[in-house]
Amino acid sequence: MSNVQLFRTGDTPLPDVIILTHKLTREYDMGSELVRALRGVSVQIQRNEYVAVMGPSGSGKSTLMNLIGCLDTPTSGEYWLNGQKVSDLADDELARIRNKEIGFVFQTFNLLPRADALHNVELPLIYAGMSARGRRERAAHALQRVGLGDRMDHKPNELSGGQRQRVAIARALVNEPSILLADEPTGNLDSTTSTEIMGVFAELHRQGQTVVMVTHEQDIAANAARVITLRDGLVATDQARAA
Amino acid sequence: MPLFEALRLALHTLRTQKLKSGFSLLGVFVGVTSLIGSCSIANGVNRYMTEKFAQTIFGVNTFQLRQRPVFTPNVPDSVWRSWRRRPRIRFSDAKAITEALTVPVITAWQSSDNVSVTFGNKEARDIELTAASERYFEIRNLRIATGRPFTSQENRSGVPVAVLGDAVAKRLFVDRPPLAHSVRIGGIPYRVVGVVEHQGSLMGFPLDRFVVVPALSPAQNLVNPPGILDAFFVKAGSEVEMHDAMEQAEGIMRSRRHLRPQQDNNFVLDTSEGVQRFWAGINRILMTVMPGVVIVSLVIGGIVIMNIMLMAVAERTREIGLRKSLGARRRDILRQFLAESTTIATVGATFGIIAGIGLTILINAVSPLPASVSPSSVVVAVIMGTGVGVLAGVYPATRAARLDPITALRQE
Repeated sequence: MSNVQLFRTGDTPLPDVIILTHKLTREYDMGSELVRALRGVSVQIQRNEYVAVMGPSGSGKSTLMNLIGCLDTPTSGEYWLNGQKVSDLADDELARIRNKEIGFVFQTFNLLPRADALHNVELPLIYAGMSARGRRERAAHALQRVGLGDRMDHKPNELSGGQRQRVAIARALVNEPSILLADEPTGNLDSTTSTEIMGVFAELHRQGQTVVMVTHEQDIAANAARVITLRDGLVATDQARAA
Repeated sequence: MPLFEALRLALHTLRTQKLKSGFSLLGVFVGVTSLIGSCSIANGVNRYMTEKFAQTIFGVNTFQLRQRPVFTPNVPDSVWRSWRRRPRIRFSDAKAITEALTVPVITAWQSSDNVSVTFGNKEARDIELTAASERYFEIRNLRIATGRPFTSQENRSGVPVAVLGDAVAKRLFVDRPPLAHSVRIGGIPYRVVGVVEHQGSLMGFPLDRFVVVPALSPAQNLVNPPGILDAFFVKAGSEVEMHDAMEQAEGIMRSRRHLRPQQDNNFVLDTSEGVQRFWAGINRILMTVMPGVVIVSLVIGGIVIMNIMLMAVAERTREIGLRKSLGARRRDILRQFLAESTTIATVGATFGIIAGIGLTILINAVSPLPASVSPSSVVVAVIMGTGVGVLAGVYPATRAARLDPITALRQE
């Protein structure tokens, strides 16, 4: 990584750095003992990078994922997302950041079972306060982007696993977020479908989307251009792969 | 999330979970139905008592001079005995009052007892024979269906003529016209000059089993000792005039009875107010007890809704987590669940209002009560129904809004 900024507390990240964590820690008070899930993680991710976060269970990768996804706030340290310091924002502001800046893709898809594909994709736009008409158009466009233009009125149980994950990806993309944040996106898919979904990710990355993916599968991580490995709450390795 | 979206979402959830929503509707539904239904019944009884009952017995702006009151609920024996010891009302009392009153009024004498009336070999038993003066029909609002009432001439001369109640005419004459035929009362023939319109019944008592004859006709001996009246009716043009007339009549009677100032009246000037006061008392009790019943059912309805909403929150923890991860703020989640519980309650209340109105129509159709929906009860029902929804939704919705998205998403 050639253009890594030497970040100190009080600095602001360079404009191209979309994610910057500085000495990020997260501790859980479990009553009898203090669990230190992250013990000072500093990473920088540039715009349009494709990064995989790996590590054994208990390494802190889920905690880091939650912090990057603004679902959780750090105990100490700084987190900058797209030029904004989000580590000390309040609940409602975090919700706004999640809505505008982050597109989540989950292992279990997390689609609303009773709503059709289009409505599922519309959800983030509802919370963005967009009009019904605008939502419809944007959601339809997002579904077309993932190749599901002809499945918009299907309910999740009428779709295959791969199609469901595509709906979830469309939902993640619909607000044009700064980062696509995927948590074990292929964990519930067979290998053929996994390859297909990885193809979608690669295509999105090629179109300029920043992708951060948490996985424990080596061959899935191999799709990313850069792999960050965590161990015991610290960054163990951070390597770019040959493209 | 705008309110409109929250509502749409709530309706969608309601539609997709019909059974569950149906059950949670039930509480508010029952509450609102009973509220409107019981208000309608109270309304009906009220109208029945004030319009029909009071006026059938007394007439509008009318008072009766009597030995004792007509309507005597819960009177102890001692009072009853003292009433019975009072002197009775005499023809002479009625005449004196009629002459002395300065207020324009119409008056009538009335004495009644039960007798048998026959025509040929047909007999009508247990018929109320009323010996009355000619204005009696007017005061009691008895309209003549066929024929005519008897005249003041006939009354004064005691001509044996009779005006029949509808049931008596039907019983004795079946389909034949009764006019000009003679019925026998106490062995004396009375020529039928008129038949009164069908009156129906009052609280189950038939109102058509009567015969009216002139007060001075021979039948006067069948109803009272000579010179004695059951009641002297005075009808004034307005309530104010009625009270004036009552004051005058009271003065006349007290002087005729030689009552000293500290002595109580030993007669009564009875109006429909007594009945209405009595009813107002019952009504007041009803109106304090009934809201209690309604509130209990609405509280139960609220608890049911709260329960269902708590279940919904538990069941949809993942959905809540997902929505939060997609940018829903606390207040969005809060609003979503509040909208849901409020919608359930409002839909329940709406069905309740419809059922309440239906119930009212049904009561109207099958019972003599003129039940009518009071608009205020509908307003109260809507407010309470919605209020219950909001109140019952607050706790579950707050719990939903406070859920931590990470834990919520992880939940299976």
